[in-house]
Amino acid sequence: MKELLVEIKDLECKIGDQEILKGVNLKVNKGEVHAIMGPNGSGKSTLSSVLAGNDNYEITEGSISFLGEDITEMSPEERSWKGMFLAFQYPIEIPGVSNINFLRTALNERNKFFGDDPIPAKDFLKMVAEKSGLVGLDNRLKNRSVNEGFSGGEKKRNEIFQMAMLNPKLSILDETDSGLDIDALKTVANGVNKLKSAENATIVITHYQRLLDYIVPDFVHVLNDGKIIKSGDKNLALELEKKGYDWLTGNTTK
Amino acid sequence: MSYTEKQLKEELDNKSYEFGFVTDIESEKAPNGLNKDIIKLISTKKSEPDWLLNYRLKAFEIWQTMEEPNWAHVKYEKPDFQNISYYSAPKKKKELKSLDEVDPELLKTMEKLGISIEEQKKLSGVAVDFVMDSVSVATSFKEKLGELGIIFCSFSEAVKNHPELVKKYMGTVIPFTDNYYAALNSAVFSDGSFCYIPKGVKCPMELSTYFRINESGTGQFERTLLIADESSYVSYLEGCTAPQRDENQLHAAVVELIALDQAEIKYSTVQNWYPGDDKGLGGVYNFVTKRGICGYRSKISWTQVETGSAVTWKYPSCILKGNFSIGEFYSVAVTNNFQQADTGTKMIHVGKNTKSTIISKGISAGKSQNSYRGLVKIGKGATNSRNFSQCDSLLMTDQCGAHTFPYIECENSSATVEHEATTSKIGEDQLFYCLQRGISEEKAISLIVNGYAKEVLNKLPMEFAVEAQKLLEISLEGSVG
Ligand SMILES: Nc1ncnc2c1ncn2[C@@H]1O[C@H](COP(=O)(O)OP(=O)(O)O)[C@@H](O)[C@H]1O
Ligand SMILES: [Mg+2]
Repeated sequence: MKELLVEIKDLECKIGDQEILKGVNLKVNKGEVHAIMGPNGSGKSTLSSVLAGNDNYEITEGSISFLGEDITEMSPEERSWKGMFLAFQYPIEIPGVSNINFLRTALNERNKFFGDDPIPAKDFLKMVAEKSGLVGLDNRLKNRSVNEGFSGGEKKRNEIFQMAMLNPKLSILDETDSGLDIDALKTVANGVNKLKSAENATIVITHYQRLLDYIVPDFVHVLNDGKIIKSGDKNLALELEKKGYDWLTGNTTK
Repeated sequence: MSYTEKQLKEELDNKSYEFGFVTDIESEKAPNGLNKDIIKLISTKKSEPDWLLNYRLKAFEIWQTMEEPNWAHVKYEKPDFQNISYYSAPKKKKELKSLDEVDPELLKTMEKLGISIEEQKKLSGVAVDFVMDSVSVATSFKEKLGELGIIFCSFSEAVKNHPELVKKYMGTVIPFTDNYYAALNSAVFSDGSFCYIPKGVKCPMELSTYFRINESGTGQFERTLLIADESSYVSYLEGCTAPQRDENQLHAAVVELIALDQAEIKYSTVQNWYPGDDKGLGGVYNFVTKRGICGYRSKISWTQVETGSAVTWKYPSCILKGNFSIGEFYSVAVTNNFQQADTGTKMIHVGKNTKSTIISKGISAGKSQNSYRGLVKIGKGATNSRNFSQCDSLLMTDQCGAHTFPYIECENSSATVEHEATTSKIGEDQLFYCLQRGISEEKAISLIVNGYAKEVLNKLPMEFAVEAQKLLEISLEGSVG
């Protein structure tokens, strides 16, 4: 039996006067990997941001449900506590706040929400050691300020490290592959695969089919101009790689 | 998210000042007004010697010829100096030998402040001289310090028991002619702290004083004199918090530090006077003169975390007189709602090879105004002197202001003076990143701000650093917009 994790219905949103999402429908079941592809500016990052609850975007139509609950109006932190994770396309720097402190705060805030005690330092450190190994995060980066002075690749690894620490039910990876060399890509993909289970699901947003060789999707969707215009299995990604997007979008300009 | 922010705002509206409580102790109070008779009354009440009364009277004469300065970037209604009572003392006044003798009301107050004496006693290494209104009422660890020849007592006691030291050093760093508020303080100061570290002694514990304004309408005029004799070391902590008041309360302290040859003084402050409410009503006027003088190879470090007061006017400074002496200033100043702060430092390089460092972190929220004002002066004889200044401003809203007024006067071409400044707005993307990770807005702000101020907070002694972090969090609750 498939169990529904996320359902996006007729989602439309805008920022200022600009409409970005123009009616997105998507269902993700537990245990599945969905890839979302599409040209630059088609709304992929917007969709992930809106899923995570960024209120810069105004939802004008439609709804999002998560684990059977309507979360369209839910705060981003509560979505996070309930198991939503977004690996940012451009991870943010927080000077003076160590990675470790940041994560411990995050975990303890979640514990507080569920009425649990703060995580004991020993357990926390054990978890850090285990999870950072999973994504090959340089040991020194753990004590450095969040993303500050990290290389592009280090930032992406750090996102996956945080994901591993928070153990989400839904992970949205927004172009986590961009800026990674092939070895880093393999490590990151490997980390993601290890975290996969029958209880969680992943939405992989990417430009290139390359990543999908390592994180194999069950479904591939093409987002264009704020709408999903085609869905298929992993072969759709291969086809896109060969033909580009134009045959789908009807865009003939080069 | 907009829903959460609204909630936070409401919470803030309902939240009364954390430490806004009043201790119920009868006090003896002088009638309002300032004249020679009042000054004589203060002096008599304190059984002072003639030389001190004369000092006060001279200061008063000078003060009368002075004008309240208005060059600072602050706007406020000038206090009516004739409408203030210049002396108040808890009535049950007796010499206290042990903490058991302390008024239970006071102990309760201290507990609310998070410095329960029980805790302090256990916290080996912290001696507390607690100043309530104008008279010191509790002093601990005195004996232990006494064995090392360290004197740590109230200013009045020092006048009584160590008049030669007080007479020799008082007013040598900040003469009463220095400025309007220093002159006023010199005329009417009530009490404060005195500290002397003998030659070659490293004070083994942090010396700490808590100040409090308690009587409605009582201006508080603290006076601190700290002398570190040759090759000695001391770390001194000063912290304060005041109860909620509708009318403005004036606070004009004078702090003088003397670091003799090869001595080192670390002076840390957490300032949390009542800042006024969210409509800009009430709050303490904090007009402080703090200055230290360095001898040969000596060092003075000022570290301050300023979160309170409606108006702050404060420039802890160093006169680097001795060759190879060092001055440091580390500051975090937070302003919220209608608070105004004009703070910074003066580094006066007189001796050769002197060095100074200034790190200032301003954080402005609400409709507040936060200014850094600093002077680096390199005198003719200050060959090979160096200064480095960094002044950063963080804005939490679009309605607040951050200003920097760095002045440099250089009379010696062999000196190096570097100044860096940045202004940034707290990032919506930073906040969203935190929220996405499940860190609520309040916690996120506290994390980001503490990260921003880390360089300064790291300079504080451990037990103060924790308190300071908490203060930053409280001061900025619900402040992003
Ligand atoms: N904060 C914003 N302000 C204005 N326009 C935005 C904002 N975010 C996204 N957009 C616009 O929305 C469209 C989709 O952007 P985005 O979701 O980043 O696309 P993708 O991730 O697919 O490249 C683009 O035209 C972009 O310019
Ligand atoms: Mg994008």
